Amino acid sequence: MRTPSLALVLVAGIALTGAPDSARTDMAPKAPDPAIPDRSATFQPPAKEAIPPGPYGDMVKLGRDVFRETDKYARPFVGNALRCSNCHLDAGRLADSSPMWAAWVAFPAYRDKNHHVNTFQERLQGCFRFSMNGKAPPYGDKVLVALETYSAWLAQGAPVGANLPGRGYPRLKDPPLQPDYARGRIVYQQHCALCHGPDGAGQSAGGQVVFPPLWGANSYNWGAGMEGVNTAAAFIKANMPLGLGGTLSDQDAWDVALFVDSHERPQDPRFTGDVGETRRLFHNSRWSMYGQTVAGHVLGSGLTPAAQTGAQN
Amino acid sequence: MHGTARGAPPCVVCHGAHGEGIAASGFPRLAGLPAAYLRAQLSAFADGQRENAVMAPIAKLLSADEEQAVSLYYAALPAPELANGAAASAGLGALLALDGRWSAKLPPCVACHGPGGIGVGASFPPLAGQPASYLEAQLEAWRQVKRPPGPLGLMQAVARRLSPSDIAAVSQWFAAQPAGGGR
Repeated sequence: MRTPSLALVLVAGIALTGAPDSARTDMAPKAPDPAIPDRSATFQPPAKEAIPPGPYGDMVKLGRDVFRETDKYARPFVGNALRCSNCHLDAGRLADSSPMWAAWVAFPAYRDKNHHVNTFQERLQGCFRFSMNGKAPPYGDKVLVALETYSAWLAQGAPVGANLPGRGYPRLKDPPLQPDYARGRIVYQQHCALCHGPDGAGQSAGGQVVFPPLWGANSYNWGAGMEGVNTAAAFIKANMPLGLGGTLSDQDAWDVALFVDSHERPQDPRFTGDVGETRRLFHNSRWSMYGQTVAGHVLGSGLTPAAQTGAQN
Repeated sequence: MHGTARGAPPCVVCHGAHGEGIAASGFPRLAGLPAAYLRAQLSAFADGQRENAVMAPIAKLLSADEEQAVSLYYAALPAPELANGAAASAGLGALLALDGRWSAKLPPCVACHGPGGIGVGASFPPLAGQPASYLEAQLEAWRQVKRPPGPLGLMQAVARRLSPSDIAAVSQWFAAQPAGGGR
């Protein structure tokens, strides 16, 4: 990627590794590698090799394939450059990364989002409509059957209706300081831009998206759960940077979540025609940036080249 | 190709006529690697952050312009279509490369180094087709802090979570991947 902002990425990267002539110990990563969390008490999905042969196992495999290569296996329903495993790490197996085994046993459930009891399939439809900026597969579609089967297989043995440890993203306490866009931008440049790009557009190789876009036309739309700053902060704190989850401070996670969610992205599919009304109906939360004004732009009023990158960038 | 006026030997002697490296000796391919990454390595060899008895004196003989020129030259060369032996499609190496080991907080290598390890952008160099002995040596170097930890300290964190047999297996797997990316 030979763009003018490459220098910034490099400088940020080099700056983190310490001054060139510092002592050997100064070259250690700034944050200590946190103890790998002891998850021995957490629910364990079956081993990856344990998918049984036969039609059931084939459907489990299809669900796993949809999860990992969503654009390839669920193409008609995908409208952006994301895949399920971007936000549900280790193909939906990883505790504290919204694992599918915990979701499976929590449905059917009433959801505030749409004010009725949702089946698991309906919940999955929401993923496609919002997070994947695509179309909801119809009930009974093979894609949904496959994802259900995969999730149920992962959840084998888990108690139905349980609220399992490791479900979702571990909720963060409110930050000490109000989340701040300018602080968040610094966090982004230092810890995120290396992979997700200085403009949040992600990176590809060999025709495949490797690091997903976090804002702009190819990312999740305003209806997705990740647009909530609290949700994004919780995801980021536990899971990002990839392989270094838990190394950012809570404050940094909140700040960078606000920064990411203060950029334009595709419209909420429930858009009524009026940003203010759409906010009142669907984004009436202190943690949604939808309808708020950042850098002179009303978020949710539409993608423009300047709005995507943000005037301050 | 011809060495430099101050006596740096020609790169091709060790890195091959087309920058493909010499697998048997563990000399890495340079062809198609990102220019910024190559430049950073030359600087690190020159100032000793990256310890290497062969490259250190050579890198010290290069001026900044020469570092830049040779990095750009190799970045522009096509990645060679060679594989260094047959890779098992299953097995420990493939598992680590493609799935990682999340119980040890280890992401799959391809999550950052791209499909088949072909590399991503300026900061995540290709692993595909690099000599296994070279990849092993780098992972060992990160474990022993003989190489700068890299941006965000990622590679040092990763290497510390790998056992010697992990390192051998994953290095062999990537060595056998086609550098051009065809599968």
